[in-house]
Amino acid sequence: MREQQHLLEVSNLNGWYGESHVLHGMTFNVGAGEIVTLLGRNGAGKTTTLRAIMGVVRKRRGAITYKGSDIISLPQHKVPWLGIGYVPEERGIFATLNVLENLMLPPVTQSGGMGIDDIYQLFPNLRGRDQTPGTRLSGGEQQMLAIARILRTGADFILLDEPTEGLAPVIVEEIAASLQVLKQRGLTIVLVEQNLRFAASIADRHYVVEQGVVVDEIANEVLPASMDRLNSYLGV
Amino acid sequence: MTLLSATAAAPTTRSFSTVRLFLLVAAAAVVLAAPLAIYPLFLVKILCFILFASALNIVLGFAGLLSFGHAAFFGGAAYITAHAAKVWGLPFELAVLAGVGFATVLGLVFGALAIRRHGIYFAMVTLALAQMVYFLAVQLPFTGGEDGIQSVPHGTLLGIVDLGKSTSMYYVVLGFTAFGLFVIWRAIRSPFGHILAAIRENEQRARSLGLNVERYKLIAFTLSAALSGLAGSLKAIAFQLASLADVTWHMSGEVILMTLLGGMGTLIGPAVGATFVVSMEHYLSTSGLPITFIIGTVFVICVMLFRRGIYGEIRARLLATRQPSDLGD
Repeated sequence: MREQQHLLEVSNLNGWYGESHVLHGMTFNVGAGEIVTLLGRNGAGKTTTLRAIMGVVRKRRGAITYKGSDIISLPQHKVPWLGIGYVPEERGIFATLNVLENLMLPPVTQSGGMGIDDIYQLFPNLRGRDQTPGTRLSGGEQQMLAIARILRTGADFILLDEPTEGLAPVIVEEIAASLQVLKQRGLTIVLVEQNLRFAASIADRHYVVEQGVVVDEIANEVLPASMDRLNSYLGV
Repeated sequence: MTLLSATAAAPTTRSFSTVRLFLLVAAAAVVLAAPLAIYPLFLVKILCFILFASALNIVLGFAGLLSFGHAAFFGGAAYITAHAAKVWGLPFELAVLAGVGFATVLGLVFGALAIRRHGIYFAMVTLALAQMVYFLAVQLPFTGGEDGIQSVPHGTLLGIVDLGKSTSMYYVVLGFTAFGLFVIWRAIRSPFGHILAAIRENEQRARSLGLNVERYKLIAFTLSAALSGLAGSLKAIAFQLASLADVTWHMSGEVILMTLLGGMGTLIGPAVGATFVVSMEHYLSTSGLPITFIIGTVFVICVMLFRRGIYGEIRARLLATRQPSDLGD
C-alpha cells in the first residue's frame, strides 16, 4: 500500500477558525483504494482536517495535494469536481427536500457514479422512501442517504465524518458492510471515527491526531498489539 | 389559486385529486369572468402586482435573499417601455420586450454586485443600487421628472387586438401574468428549484456538494428582475404612465409587504398578498381612512399571529392534515 503513489497528500497543514489556531501541522497521506482513519479525542482537529481539505475552513497554510495537484487554491465549490465527496458529521440532509430530491441534488462530477438502482441495492432502507422529507428519516437512514448522495455523483474519494455517531449497533454493522462494498469497488475513504471497533473492522491504517498534529500511525494489522499505545492517546 | 389554474391544469395530470381539479377549474372560471363584474383596469393593476410580488418571491421566498431594490426593475422597465412606445413608436410587444430586456440586464448587474453579500448587507446593497436608479429617473430628461411619461399609447397586440379596450387589456395582461407564474412554477419544481431550496437552507453545505452557489443565486435574481420588469412594463402600458412612484424605495417595500402578507416561499402566497394589498388600497382610498396606517396594522397583526402569511398559514394547516407526499408547491 505504502509504496504506491499517494492520492492525497497533506503536509504541514495549519488551519484556523477565525482567530483560533486548530490545526498545527497535520501531515498524512492516503493511497488509492485505502480506508484510512483519523483517530483522536474530541477537539483534536479531525473534523477540521476534513473541512480544511474541502475548503470549508478557508484559513489554511501548508499543502494539500490531490492526484499531484494543489487544491488549497481552489474555490470551495470546485473541490467536489475532482471527485472528492464529503459526508459531514451532521449528515447535511436538506429538510425542505424529500429523499429523492436530496439524492438527486448534488451534480454528477465524474462518470462511474452509482445509479439509483445500485444505491437502493446498497442501502435497501432507502428504497420506497423517495417522497419522504429528508429529515423524517431515522438517523441511520439519514446517514445512508448522505453517503448515497455522494456515491451518485461519481466521487471516488470520500471523506466520512463519524458515520456511526449515535446509531444503533445493527445500523453500524450495515454501514460497515456497505463501506466494505465501496472499498471492493475501489473507492478511497478517509474516516473520522470515535468508535474504534468500527474503525478496526474496515480500515487499513490509522492516524492518531492530538491537538491538531498527527502523532502516530498504526497499521490495522498491528492494531490489537498496539492497544496499550492507542489507549494512552485516546484514554481519559 | 387564481392564475395558475389556466396553465397548471394542462401539463401534468399526476396526482391531481378531483377536488383540486375542481378548484382549479372554478378559479379559472372566476378569473376569466372577473371583468364582467369588476372594473377591468383595477383587475389589471392587481395582476401586475401579482406578477411583481411573485417575481420578488423567487429571491425572497425561494432563494432566501431579501432584495430591497426591486422597484428599480419594475419602475425602470416601466420607463423604458413607456419611452419606447411613446417616443420611439415601437409596437406594444417590442416596447414590453425592451422594458423586460432592460430589467434583465439591470438585474444581472445588480445581482453580480450584490450576490456575495448576505442578509442585511445584501438588502442594503440592493437598496443603494435602486436609489441610484431613482436618482437617474429624477435627473434624466427622458423620464419627465415629476410628471413621468404620460399618455403612453396602448397600441395593439400583434396589430390585431385593440388594447385601448380595458377588457382586452385585462386578458392580455392575464396571459402574460399566467405565463410569468408558469415560468416560476416550472423553475421551482425543477432541479434548479431544489438547488435554490438547498442554498436557502444551508449555503455552506450546498457549496461542499459542488454547487456554485453564487451562480445559482445570480440566475434566480436575474429571472426575478426580468419578471419584475415584465410587470412594470405591462403596468406602464395599461395605465399609460411611467412615474417616479414606480422606482421609489417605497415601492420596493410595498412588494415585500405583499409577499410576506400572502406567504413567501409559496407559489400562491404572493398573489394572495398582492390582491389583498391592492384591494385594500383601492377600497380604502375613497373612505378617507389613513391607508398606510391600516395596512401597517394588518401587517403587524399578520407578523404576530400568522407568521407564514395568509396563504402560507392556510397551506400549513391543510398540509398538517395530509400525507407528507402531498407537499406539492
